[in-house]
Amino acid sequence: MLDGVKKLGMQSVKFQNPPSILSTYSIVGPKEGEGPLKDYFDLILEDDMWGQESFEKAESKIQEETIKSALSNGNLTNKDIDYLLAGDLLNQIITSSYTARQLNIPFYGLYGACSTMTESLSLGAMLIDGGFAQKVICATSSHFSSAERQFRFPLEYGSQRNFSSQWTVTGAGATILSAEGNGPYITYATTGKIVDMGIRDATNMGAAMAPAAMDTLINHFNDTGFSPQDYDLIVSGDLGSIGKSIVIDLMQEKGYALSDNFTDCGYEIFDSKEQDTHAGGSGCACAATVFNGYIYKEIMKGSFNRVLLVATGALHSTTINQQGESIPSIAHAVTIDINKA
Amino acid sequence: MEFIKAFIVGGLICVVGQVILDNTKLTPAHILVIFLTAGVVLGGLGIYEPLVKFGGAGATVPIVGFGYSLSQGAIEGAKSKGVIGAFTGGLTANAGGVAAAILFGYIMALVFKPKTKS
Repeated sequence: MLDGVKKLGMQSVKFQNPPSILSTYSIVGPKEGEGPLKDYFDLILEDDMWGQESFEKAESKIQEETIKSALSNGNLTNKDIDYLLAGDLLNQIITSSYTARQLNIPFYGLYGACSTMTESLSLGAMLIDGGFAQKVICATSSHFSSAERQFRFPLEYGSQRNFSSQWTVTGAGATILSAEGNGPYITYATTGKIVDMGIRDATNMGAAMAPAAMDTLINHFNDTGFSPQDYDLIVSGDLGSIGKSIVIDLMQEKGYALSDNFTDCGYEIFDSKEQDTHAGGSGCACAATVFNGYIYKEIMKGSFNRVLLVATGALHSTTINQQGESIPSIAHAVTIDINKA
Repeated sequence: MEFIKAFIVGGLICVVGQVILDNTKLTPAHILVIFLTAGVVLGGLGIYEPLVKFGGAGATVPIVGFGYSLSQGAIEGAKSKGVIGAFTGGLTANAGGVAAAILFGYIMALVFKPKTKS
């Protein structure tokens, strides 16, 4: 490898000076606050409007407060941060832009749909390891009601939900990365390619995104030389119960045994039987809140030493979907390790 | 007895919709349009009329009944006013329902605010 070249294999990078996670924060809505991971979230809202007059404004407030709380958790102010990398699901990523309006931090808006958490972590880690920044905030959010009325039906419309459909997580997660710190560190990142197997059913996102998750996982293992057993936890973003089992089967066919150490944030965040969420959680906040809540806290407790987070995104829009196009999907992976190497 | 008949007819129409919804990729909006169009066609061919006579509101209240009513109105209009009547008749026959939907929809929108589903 040439000196200073950090690219590893086809799609991965290995960070020479792995950025450290300085602090995290997660806020969730009432339904997520009743789910199995309720004890891990930093703040559970009683009202998903949070005193705002619209769902979109509420989502923006959730993202803003998440970022501000991550800053105060790390004893930082906005002046300490070089870049804010954030995205969300709404048209023109308005949540993130209106949040950034309040924060006075140089801002790159991202759209990776539900893969935004690992997209922002990958790019944030690259900015820091490249020497372009000391501290970066990576954040994303989603809101059930703002997503529902943009992507599916008006809230007033009482239609039945398909059994393969998922429930958009209301909430936001933020991670502050720093060039210096005591870990855990972002040690590797694998950038996903668009994978589209021709699935057009927008009520079955898990099946649409599963091949993208598989593609990124296989490239990650090929590029880094890791095997699934090198990880204490491999966790996908929002495949839900259907997508999760598809990934296990697809990986099995390719000769990778994903066993007890593999799960999915969307599968874990809700109790699908008790909470009637059908195939599980989805949305940018799904991977964001589970990572910044559950996974980060378990890493700090010592339960996991090395975690692979693979957030998955379905990059369609309702307009192009109505024109009969299929759903292009993507998955980005980052390795979070308590050790630098 | 009337209630039972209405229940059976209305229920069976809904069962057809549920079976389609559960076993195809069609969305509720697709089914709405298909049912309405089916009501127009079945009404025009005279197939739906016996169902209305037997089931009453069970056949007229579901969206198929709206299609049926459109077709009957158009046929009536064509008979009395010719070609123009074929165009105006359907809406004339349904004017009451349409006006009520607009009025009540407007009042509900004023009174209530949408909330997150749970």
